[in-house]
This record gives sequence, C-alpha cells and structure tokens, in this order.
Amino acid sequence: MRRPHDASRRRFIKVFGGATGALIVGLPAFAWTPDRLLGQNLIRLNPYVRIEPDGTTVIGSRDPEVGQGIRTAEARILAEELDADWNKVIVEPLDLGVTAVDGEPHWTFGHQMASGSTSVPSAWNDLRTVGAAARELLVRAAAERWNTTSANLRAVRGVVIAADGRQLGYGELAGPAAKLPAATNPPATKSPSRYLLIGQDAGDVDARDIVTGVQRYAIDEWFGEVLVAVMTRCPYPGGRLAHLDDAAALKLKGVEKIMTIPTPDPSRPLGTQPLTAGVAVLAKDTWTALQAIEKLDIQWQPGPQAAQDDTALAQAAEKLLTGEPEKAVRSDGDFAETFKHARHRFDAEYRIATVAHADLEPPNALVKVDSQSALLIAPVQNPRATYETVRRLTGLAPDRIEVKLPRAGGGFGRFLESDYVAEAVMLAKAAGKPIKLMWTRASAFTHDLYRPFSIHAMRACADRHGKPTGWNHRIASTSRLQGRELRPRWWLSEMHPDDLPAGLIDNLQYAWYALDSTLPRGNYRASSHAVNAFVTECFIDEIAHGLKQDALKFRLALLGEPRKLSYRGHGGPVLDTGRLAWVLRLAADAIGWSKSHSRGHGFGLACHFTFGGYAAHALEVSMQGNRLVIHNAVCAADLGRVVNPLGARAALVGATLDALSTALRQRIIVKDGRVRQHGFKGYPLATMAQMPHAVQVILVPSQEPPAGAFDIGFPSAGPALANAIFAGTTVRVRQLPIWPELMRLL
Amino acid sequence: MQQTPQAPPTQITPQPVRNGIDVTINGKHFRHTGDPDLPLLWYLRDVLRLTGCKYGCDDESCGACSVLVDGKLKRACTLAMQDLADKDITTVEGLAGADGTLHPVQQAWIDEDAILCGYCQPGQLMAAVDLIARKPNPTDKDIDGIGNLCRCGSYPRIRRAIKRAAKTMQGKSR
Repeated sequence: MRRPHDASRRRFIKVFGGATGALIVGLPAFAWTPDRLLGQNLIRLNPYVRIEPDGTTVIGSRDPEVGQGIRTAEARILAEELDADWNKVIVEPLDLGVTAVDGEPHWTFGHQMASGSTSVPSAWNDLRTVGAAARELLVRAAAERWNTTSANLRAVRGVVIAADGRQLGYGELAGPAAKLPAATNPPATKSPSRYLLIGQDAGDVDARDIVTGVQRYAIDEWFGEVLVAVMTRCPYPGGRLAHLDDAAALKLKGVEKIMTIPTPDPSRPLGTQPLTAGVAVLAKDTWTALQAIEKLDIQWQPGPQAAQDDTALAQAAEKLLTGEPEKAVRSDGDFAETFKHARHRFDAEYRIATVAHADLEPPNALVKVDSQSALLIAPVQNPRATYETVRRLTGLAPDRIEVKLPRAGGGFGRFLESDYVAEAVMLAKAAGKPIKLMWTRASAFTHDLYRPFSIHAMRACADRHGKPTGWNHRIASTSRLQGRELRPRWWLSEMHPDDLPAGLIDNLQYAWYALDSTLPRGNYRASSHAVNAFVTECFIDEIAHGLKQDALKFRLALLGEPRKLSYRGHGGPVLDTGRLAWVLRLAADAIGWSKSHSRGHGFGLACHFTFGGYAAHALEVSMQGNRLVIHNAVCAADLGRVVNPLGARAALVGATLDALSTALRQRIIVKDGRVRQHGFKGYPLATMAQMPHAVQVILVPSQEPPAGAFDIGFPSAGPALANAIFAGTTVRVRQLPIWPELMRLL
Repeated sequence: MQQTPQAPPTQITPQPVRNGIDVTINGKHFRHTGDPDLPLLWYLRDVLRLTGCKYGCDDESCGACSVLVDGKLKRACTLAMQDLADKDITTVEGLAGADGTLHPVQQAWIDEDAILCGYCQPGQLMAAVDLIARKPNPTDKDIDGIGNLCRCGSYPRIRRAIKRAAKTMQGKSR
C-alpha cells in the first residue's frame, strides 16, 4: 500500500477539511500567476496540492481516469517536483475547474480531457511547475525558521534538511509556508538525473478501492429522491415515435412517470450528433424501470433517409471510389505516370467494418438540476464539452454547474460525446427531480456512436530494384463531422496527410471520399490511426512479399536513414524515422525474426507513429485446426520519457489486446437500417482463452518529452496479426474483422 | 361506497409466517420483501448499495456481476431473489477480513497491478476466488476457463495475479 487506508482517507477529508495551517497550491495551467497559488477552500479540493499538518499530501488529479492510469501518473509528476514522500500521498480526482469571468466559463485547471494520449504530455508541462512551486514555499519556510537561505537547504521525501543535518517535515512547515508570499518567478524544475519517482514503477493509486469493491464509478453514485430512468430509443436513425401506449407500464408499482425525448432537430446537435427520439420510464429503481420499458406498446417511424444496410453502404463506397475524391489530402510527384511505367504494380482493396465501443460501463448519468444550479456525475472524457451541453440545456450561470469526474469503466472515445448526459439533463429538468439515467447493454450497442465502415483502395508500385516508387491510398468513409456545417474540414477525422509512407515514397497520393451513412459515428480509440495503420502496414507486407523481400528489411529500407519528417497533425511537429525503425528492430529481435522461417509458425510485424509515440508489434501465431493460437506477442514502444513504466506497460499490453480483440472478431451488423447486435453474445470481445498469455513490452529509454501511451500501442497490433496470419497460412485477409473472412478463405 | 358488513371471526388463526426471502450477504442477514423476481444484481446495487457488483449486461455474458452463492460462482444479473432463499452470498465487498486484511486474491491483484479501468475487476476477482477454490494450483488452461470480459486488456496481469494468489494460498494451508 502506498497510501493511508481508504476509510481514514475519506474521513480525513471531511474532518480536517476545514482545518487551518494547511498549505494549498494550485495553478492555472498555462500561466505563472503566483497570486493565485494560495487559496482557502479546503473542503472542495480545488487546488492541486494540499499538505496537512501531519504531512499527508493530497494531490488533485485533473484529467478523467478511464483506465489509462492518469491519476497515478499525474500524482507522480507532481510529487517528484514537490519531493513528496510517496507513502504520504493521497490522490483525489478534481472536478471540472470552472469559474465565471464576465458571464463566460473560465477554465481553472487547464487541460482536463482523456483523449488522444494527451493527458501526460500536458501534465508534464504544467504539474512539474505546480510541484516545484509548493516545494519552494516549504523550503523557504524552513529557511526562515532556521535563519538561513533556501540555497543552504534541500528537500528529500517530504523533509527539508539543513547542511548541519537538522530536519523539518513538510507537515510542520505547511502552516508557515502557507503564510509566505509566493515567489515572483516560477521556480526551477529538477534535473532529470535527480528523479526519484519519475521513471520508477508505481501501482494504480485506486487499486485497493477497486479490489475491495468500494471504488465509485458514476454508475455507482446515488442521490436521495432520485428517479432511475431507462429509455428505449428509436432504432431508425432520424426516425420518430409513431405510437405510444404506456398504460400497462404506468400500472407497474414504482413507476413514476413516462416521458418522451422528442424527435431530434438535426440543426441543433448536442455534442457532435443529434439525439435519438426515445421514451423514458422514470421509476423508483432500475429493475422497475427495466420491467416497465418492456410493457410499453411502441411503434417507430423510420426517418427520411432510406434504411441502409451494410451491403448498400459498401456499394455506395465502391461507387464513390470510381469518381473524384471529396478531398485530395496529399499529392507528391506524379503517381499515375509512375504507376503506368513501373516494373512491379500492386493493387488491393481493404474493407473495415463498423465497430462499437463496448465499454464495460455503459453510458449513464446522475443529474440534479434546479433553477439555481446543476450537478452532474457521469463517465466523461471531455469535461468541457459535456459541461457546455449541460449549460446549454439549463441556461445556468457558468459557475453554477458542477461536473464531477469519477473513474470511468473504459472510455475509448465513447464518453467524449455527451448524448447520454443531454438525455439525463432534459429528463431531470422536465421531471423536476434528480435523474439517474441508465443505458442498458442493448442500448449501448444499438445507439452507440460508431467507428465507421470504410473501403480503402490501395495501389503501389516499385522499380526494377524492388524500391517502392509510387503509393496511392484512397479512403471512402463517413466523417465524424458529417452533418455539421464544416464540410471542407470533414476529411480531417479520416486521414493525416503526413502519415507514413508520406515522405518516404516520391510519388504519393492520399485522397478521401465522403461516404454518407445513416449510422451516427463518433470518436474511437487512436482515431483514424487505428484503421489506416492496419491498411498501410498490411499493404506494405503484401508489397514486400510480392517483391520477395524480407518484411523487416523492406520496412527498414523504406524508413531509410534516421531523419525527421515534418508532421503537421497531433503528435508533431516532427516524425523521427529513426525512432520508428528502432522500435521495429527491437520488436523483430524479441520475437526472433531472423530465425522465424524455420519454426512452422507465422510471424508478423507492423509499426506506426501515433500521437507523438512510436510503436511496433511482432506476433507469432499458428492455426491449430480451427483455432488461432497467438504464441508470442511483443510490443516495442518509444514514448519519450516514461513517467510510470508499470502503468505504461499496462497501457501498451492493454492496447495490444484490445486491438487484437477488435481486429479479430468485432463488427457491427446493420440490416434494414437497424443495428442487429444487442449484447456481447452478438459482439464477442476476446476472452482470456483467445488472447496471448503475455505481451512482452520493450520500452525505449528516452530523454524526449513524454508522449502518453494509451492509444499508441493500438494501431500496429492489428496489422501485425494479419501479417502473421498471412505468414502462417498464406491467406491474406484484407478485412476487419479478420476472423470471419479468414474462416471463409481457409 | 356501501360496505359489506363483516361477521366477527369465529376463530382466531395464528399469524401467518412473515413473507420475505432471507439471505446472508457477506455474513450479514437480510430479508427481501419486495418483488421475488428482482435479480440479485439490482438487490445488491439499488437496495443494499453494494455497488462492487457491476452492471455490464443482462445475459450473463460479461461477468461483471459475478458473486459466490453458497461458494459457487454465479452471475447476479439473472439470479432472481426467489431462488436465493437461505443462501449464503459473497460479493467483492465480502472478500477482505473485517479488520481490512485483504484476501490473498485481492493482494495479488494489487501486487500485479491488474487494474486498468477496473470496472470488470470485482467480477474477475470473484471468478479467481472460485477457480482457486476448485483448483488450488490452476494451470493456464484452467485460467483460460474464466469467461469474464475485459475490454481494456488486463488478461495477462489477471493471469499472473491468479498464479500469485494460488501460490500464497497454498503456502498458507500448509
């Protein structure tokens, strides 16, 4: 255990919350404003650090925890600069930090979002300063006590030590330090050579709460007087309610109200998508509401758009790809001419199925709204956007809306949206009572905001030396921004102009085709990298095989001499081909690539640059009858400096397994305009038995700034699997999910 | 409204036995007097507020609501209260000792940092406790039999934690 026992921790906050003599340090994230360092609000934990007289150090973690380990990583960054005693550190989640300035929201904690592996990079820049500022005050307080200067003192593990060996604990110094004027300049942060916590393993700070069952997710929260709401939603996108008879449902004891969420107004989407028309049962508990939903007599009218199924969508995509693209994303050299005259030509089409988020915690929201204030507890990845949804629906003043950020049971992009929050707020307003909205598992599948279907038309060519000279990648997919007034920008969610092999092949074209879909789409783990890396890395494998070249050597030759390419997207400004080549070599060495062709198993490689991090996967697989066995899995990653290696390894292993599970079997099936899956039985997440027993993780030691980890280990795992399957079976699967197609082809 | 006159009772019958379903949960006795069809999941979560038992699905497919009923692993989402009369139920909140001493399985989870988002972990812990009770020295194949779902990809660390816990528990029983 790295912190005091849980029960005492909760009591501590309450009992000592109002005590004086505590040092509090907070900091608006993007500016050095020392006058705001000290506050007096002890009960609501709104500063980042609080040191109590007994030395207990409470660190506030600002970004939502969705399993990426941010609470632990942020606390480690801050505690390092504070020179805190980690055994005395308690980590508490911060709420969304917002105040009102001239009637508009003003964000007091800076970055508060779980998306795109951005939390650690932002924290790295902000929280070291916060920790150093607190340490500076404590050391200065000790200097005043001993009539010396700060330069003669040092801080180690929660204690300030003088040259003659005298010591004062942070707990004793907290009171005097709180009375000192803050320094006028930001204090210097540590030299990395003095790090004691950063770079060392730390277990998840919530581990004890989780294994004892007392960790509260949003779904576990409750207010008095709350009504549980369960909804049934129109199965047709854009459809409306045609008939409702709720008499039988209302007869059920414990049912309080039955309400409708009206037909959506597409011109006023909440979040990025309009809401779905629906009927809500408000009852005294979940079970009653679930039963009442079954007793509703409902008919739905399909929307104006024709019912679309997977076949129609695929046909529409094929047709689009014969015409002109919506956006020429990148065009280097002359691909058409090069292709025409090339010695070797390659042509392939890849198909990517729609997938759902399938977070284990379904969407839910607990909301209290009155004319004066609102309180929201929900799984949230983008607190500001969610807050704006609440503000728009309630019209409340900016500082009257409280958004709690509980640990979420997954995220993967689902909780970047706020459709479920909007529903709960609308119901709470209309009912005049606090609402606990529960999505059923069925709703989570039928009304997700999906990762979209896409078709990728690939062409490439090589000269007579087997050197790639041309590359053409065309995508037909549905933009995340479809339906919004931003059409010129729609392509941005689908393709990155600087993704490899751009910059490596002289004649290269990237183009995007706007595929209209009735199925709403949202954000998904690693965004378009998850899909485009699969296609790119599989196609590179096809080319290497076609040219009779070793897939590792071919990739290394393609990456060429280590150099920095310009990268304009998230994770830039540069992409270092040397760092990517290095992780690829590490993964290949670890799997035994050079000896791989004598063992009778299939070996596959892939690598990708995602959000500033470099990752490569190497897999060893075999087919045993109708069973795929993943014998070995390696993930090598260069994430810059790693704050918490134990957490980073967990994130990379997790991303690897999630990517394999998604690539193997996950797909949403749409027939007659309706999503056909209603549970995990129709949408099989991989089980323990289907996944590798271990994933060997290799972290490259690095002095570069940290890049996060959570998404970075995802994109290259799927293609490494498909490439390994090809090596083991000679069957090239050009589809996601892999499994149904592999079974068809074998 | 006119009332039908009632004749006085000709004999006194003893009070009928009080309705209700008696269950023991984590060593404490409870009597459920509501809907006998109420699934244990919602009894735990909405009535007793024992929220360690998680809602993940309604058809036993995810395992987030795993509990022990008379020592046997069950999914609480489809277990009606009427089938639980006089049963002894253990949830994740009941694994640790009254003094806060962790169960070896819980300790192993912390030691291996088998967490990620953590939402499925209470169910995974219950499945592990059940497995080790049946197979004190579980093989990889035995561990593969656990069908609880985790989207985050914590399986390799769960596997290690189960082996670690089994080792600890074997040491203790000797």
